[in-house]
Order: sequence, then structure tokens, then C-alpha cells
Amino acid sequence: MNARNPADLEAALQGISAPVTLVFFTQTFGCESCLPARQIVDQVASRSDQISVEEFNLVLDREQAEAYGIKRVPAIAVAGEQDSGIRFYGVPEGHELVSLVEAIVLVASRDSGLSDESRALLAAVDQPIDIQVFSTPT
Amino acid sequence: MAIESTHVTAAAVSAVEYPDLVRQYRVTGVPKTVVNEQVEILGAEPEDAFVGHVIAAVA
Repeated sequence: MNARNPADLEAALQGISAPVTLVFFTQTFGCESCLPARQIVDQVASRSDQISVEEFNLVLDREQAEAYGIKRVPAIAVAGEQDSGIRFYGVPEGHELVSLVEAIVLVASRDSGLSDESRALLAAVDQPIDIQVFSTPT
Repeated sequence: MAIESTHVTAAAVSAVEYPDLVRQYRVTGVPKTVVNEQVEILGAEPEDAFVGHVIAAVA
């Protein structure tokens, strides 16, 4: 997938054949990037009938925030039939937008694309692993 | 990795928007990966190396 080509992202989203929910967390005050983040989420969702958006408020919807382990906003949880455990924090633009689209495609396909060796290692994991990847949009 | 295991959560964090986390985890370059608040992986790695380093956090 070409990181710079919107048509590729669009094609990837249109190829999705299973429902994916983007669970978006916001808050009413003190979150300047929440609105631009929500706008990108809506744009992504508008490209496929399979993608839906649910919005929760970090402060008001504590139960959902806890269920998804969300402590900061803006946050996006990517869920298929079940929660995938994949999260995006901040405005998903640039590289992050590409990553978000890839995550949606992976969750819809339920195929990580990892090697058999990696899958075997991960299948043996029996303790929580929390991965945070820091990146910038460019 | 999160798709392969229900024990794994994976978050992409915008370094620009969370300066407090950048300080907390001493992020001086991207990509930087932090696993279970302990293991740090700098830069991009091939899949097998990356998976190995991530799993080492609970080994």
C-alpha cells in the first residue's frame, strides 16, 4: 500500500468484507485534536458500508473507557466481532492514517499476515503484553 | 500481534500530541516501541526480531 496515495487507501477500505467498528473516545473540554480526529474517523468510515463509528466520552462514559482501557483522548479502538486490542491515540493523519486503514483491513480479514513462526510464538503468550509505538505523522 | 493474541494490545501513539508520554518514555526518535512499560525497541525491525523482542517482555 502506497503511503502517499489516497486512492490506495480508498481501494483498501472498499475491499473490506466484514464489519469493523471504530470506537472513538473524546471529551468535551480541553481536547483540541478531538474534532479533527473525529473528522478523519468519519471520512474513513464513509468509504465502506462495513465500517461504523461509535463515540464515547472519556469523562462521562467511564464504563466503556475502562472496558477499552482508554485513558487519553482522542483515542480510537478498532473492533471487529470482538475488540482487536488495537488502539490509535491522536489525530490519525499521514503515516498514522495508513496504519489505521491497515489495521481496519487486518481486523476485517482476521488475518494478521504474520509468519507461521510469529503466530506460534504469539499463541503461546499467556500474560498481558501492552505495546505502545510512538510515531509522528511524517 | 494483537490480532493473533487476545493477551496483546497494540497502541499507535502520536508523539506530537502526547508530550507527557514522550517525556515519560524518553522518546528521542521515532518509531520507538515500549512494551509493558519496560522493554524499549528503537527504530523499525524485521518481523522476527520485533516479535522476539516484544515477547521477551513476558519471557
